[in-house]
Amino acid sequence: MTVTTHRSAAEISRTEAGARALPPLGATRTVPLPDIEERTLPNGLRVLAAHRPRVPMVEVRLRIPFAGDDPAHPATAELLSSTLLAGTATRDRVEIDDALAAVGAELGVSVNPERLHIGGSGLADGLPDLLAVLADVFTAATHPDVEVTRERERLVERIIVARAQPRTIAREAVQRRRFGDHPITREMPLGEDVAAVTAEAVRALHAAALVPRGSILTLVGDIDTTAAIAQVENALAGWTSDATARELSPPPPLTPGDVALVHRKGSVQSQLRLSAPALSRHDPRYATLQLTNLVFGGYFSSRWMENMREEKGYTYSVHSGVEFVPGGAVLNVDTDVASDVTAAALLETRYELGRLTAVPPTVAEVEAARSYAVGSLLISLDSQGGLASSLASLAANGLDVDWLRAHPARLEAVTLEEVAAVALAFFAPSAFTGVLVGDADVIGPGVRALGGITGP
Amino acid sequence: MPAVELHRTTLPNGLRVLIVPDPTTPVVGVAVHVDVGFRSEPEGRTGFAHLFEHLMFQGSESLEKLAHFRHVQGSGGMFNGSTHQDYTDYFEVLPAAGLERGLFLEADRLRAPKLTVQNLRNQVDVVKEEIRLNVLNRPYGGFPWILLPPILYDTFPNAHNGYGDFSELEQASLDDAAAFFDTYYAPGNAQVTVAGYLDVDETLRLVEKHFGDIPARPTPQRPSFAEPVPGAQRRQVVPDAQAPLPALALGYRMPDPGTDLDGYLGHVLLGSVLGDGEAARLQRRLVHTDELVTDVSASAGLMGPLDARDPDTFTISARHPAAVDPDDVLTAVDEELDKLAAVGPSADELARQVARWSAWLHQENDSLTDRMLGLGARELLYGRAEIAVELPDRLAAVTPDHVRAAAGALCSSGRAVLLIEPAGDEGEQA
Repeated sequence: MTVTTHRSAAEISRTEAGARALPPLGATRTVPLPDIEERTLPNGLRVLAAHRPRVPMVEVRLRIPFAGDDPAHPATAELLSSTLLAGTATRDRVEIDDALAAVGAELGVSVNPERLHIGGSGLADGLPDLLAVLADVFTAATHPDVEVTRERERLVERIIVARAQPRTIAREAVQRRRFGDHPITREMPLGEDVAAVTAEAVRALHAAALVPRGSILTLVGDIDTTAAIAQVENALAGWTSDATARELSPPPPLTPGDVALVHRKGSVQSQLRLSAPALSRHDPRYATLQLTNLVFGGYFSSRWMENMREEKGYTYSVHSGVEFVPGGAVLNVDTDVASDVTAAALLETRYELGRLTAVPPTVAEVEAARSYAVGSLLISLDSQGGLASSLASLAANGLDVDWLRAHPARLEAVTLEEVAAVALAFFAPSAFTGVLVGDADVIGPGVRALGGITGP
Repeated sequence: MPAVELHRTTLPNGLRVLIVPDPTTPVVGVAVHVDVGFRSEPEGRTGFAHLFEHLMFQGSESLEKLAHFRHVQGSGGMFNGSTHQDYTDYFEVLPAAGLERGLFLEADRLRAPKLTVQNLRNQVDVVKEEIRLNVLNRPYGGFPWILLPPILYDTFPNAHNGYGDFSELEQASLDDAAAFFDTYYAPGNAQVTVAGYLDVDETLRLVEKHFGDIPARPTPQRPSFAEPVPGAQRRQVVPDAQAPLPALALGYRMPDPGTDLDGYLGHVLLGSVLGDGEAARLQRRLVHTDELVTDVSASAGLMGPLDARDPDTFTISARHPAAVDPDDVLTAVDEELDKLAAVGPSADELARQVARWSAWLHQENDSLTDRMLGLGARELLYGRAEIAVELPDRLAAVTPDHVRAAAGALCSSGRAVLLIEPAGDEGEQA
């Protein structure tokens, strides 16, 4: 230290004036959400466009429902995704990237059991160029043999790396635990399935499944919405198919059950992943569930977080939140803790779940959660990218900007009694199933002693 | 996009103030940047700057433990803090109605944080969990930001692990915390940035109201962290019991952004020409042509561009199959650097990378949080928030010759080579 004398911690924490009062909140400022222009093109593609001009950019989100029953579907879909921008009849991989970069654009392609997603952004005046690239790859991507071969090898290696990550091990385990062998669990293909995929299979899947009808394109930015939709129609008119993009079937209802212990040798931490049924945004109780979840573990000032981190020091963080799945929603209650406190952390987690039902949230807890829900929604919609992602997510679930506009009022209307009822219905420890990944030799005896544990 | 307005003042106690109004947003942000990072923590106390950042959330004279979090979130806002090489930042972003509350919360802990043994012990446990999560319990933990500096640098400030060793975190005492606060958290060593929907005069009045009575204290002399650029290659193998595939990282030194910004930006764009996008040199050569690596990236600045004073690190990192000899990867990287050092990128190639940077900078500007933190960090580090505003033009002015010179500088200097070798049961599968 560069000072040899300094005040003590006690001296630092006091001033002559003493403690001061928290200032009141000032005047509320609102900025209306933009109107959304919407049109379904003759090829069946639904287009949403919003004018949000703070910076000269445009955000792009395209969702193509992309479900498949074949167990090998995820491997083919993953290779389709990684070679979609790798070549067309007239451009190679480098030329495609050059065309995007020239207008400051980037596109990312990802696929999961529900949908293929293309997300990105570019300078707003380059939107026609960006759309031209999309049109080219949708109608003329060749998925060249050499690219499929190389991406196949890279993908196998990436899967090996991903499956070494504890969070991936835990995610795959909890998906199987709650949804069995439903296709929703196939988030990452098996290496051997990837190795068997041919370029012909990729091209066949592209022709059959990468289609406009049932897909939704969302554009937000410094754009004239009418002109932008006309540009989309002009650019993507040649992208046609008689087929409709395929939605994933709803997974089976989650069955409450024991926590399955998953052994990971040498692990110094354990991943606790609990799950219970929840409510979708269509349900009139959704706003109530959102506030109840916040009080439990959905933000820093929650019961579970304050207990597990700030009082006990068991974890860096806890997460509790709603995940939407076809036909409904599930609650995820997740934390990572050191091996030597795993049993104690499981005990505290079950305690806080039970306490939420037996000692329902107070007025102060619900008011804080309400302010946070309203304020964080405002903040999340304050950027082009945030607004684009929110609109795209709502549209995928059949909801629109009016749902967003009305949501603060729904949050304001939630009563204490409604929170107590939802806590009882959705947060009881007996409603959950889950997994616990860790070194079973270290954590096994302690967690088994608490009961409700199955596994090795 | 309207021009960014920057209003500055310095309070009598030395606190620097930057106010950035934006009439288009319903949100406001308050950030405090303190001129101390993990490079300044004392020997024997690795990780202390970051641990201290955690302690600053544990209460202050007017705020019990947990009250800070509850007041921010209960006002509809979000908060965070982060510890970098040369600075530590604290911020909240709130609906505009929360402006004065945000200033109050930041001022209270800068004036009189409540440092207690109980909170210290609790946050040592929390930080250890953070390190287990991000480093110890995952493959490639700390790759390359913790593992590369000790190879490239010789002095403690530049070389040590900013997350800290568990044994040293456990030894941290309350008196260490008091000394650290009194030394580095003087108002003259800090800066408050307020951005978003606000009235400049009213905001200035509120800043004075809440921060003005923090007594001035001596401001520590900022040490130089300069050390010679290594003359030769330094190579080190690090086993990773959890990694299924080998990985490697190269570390190089960069120009001082404070005295040679154009040279520094030449390195920033060199990183893009090498690594950003499918058309980038190393993507084409290492991934697609030679098929040596699974993934490759190149970037300027250990924790991002323009995020530290001199010295800072230029990094190239890659993951590769076990069957590939890492020397073949190094040879291919060197050949690509030699080509750029001889000829430089084409004008079109560079223009495309500049267009992508321009777009990223627009996106940063669109997010109030990113804009506020970017302006605040550049103001604190270089005394010129304008750098953040001017960056699109400065990057557009970088020529192929600047990038050629940057490549030449990398080719002609010593460097660090970090090789990660799978060392566990899991690695044998690969």
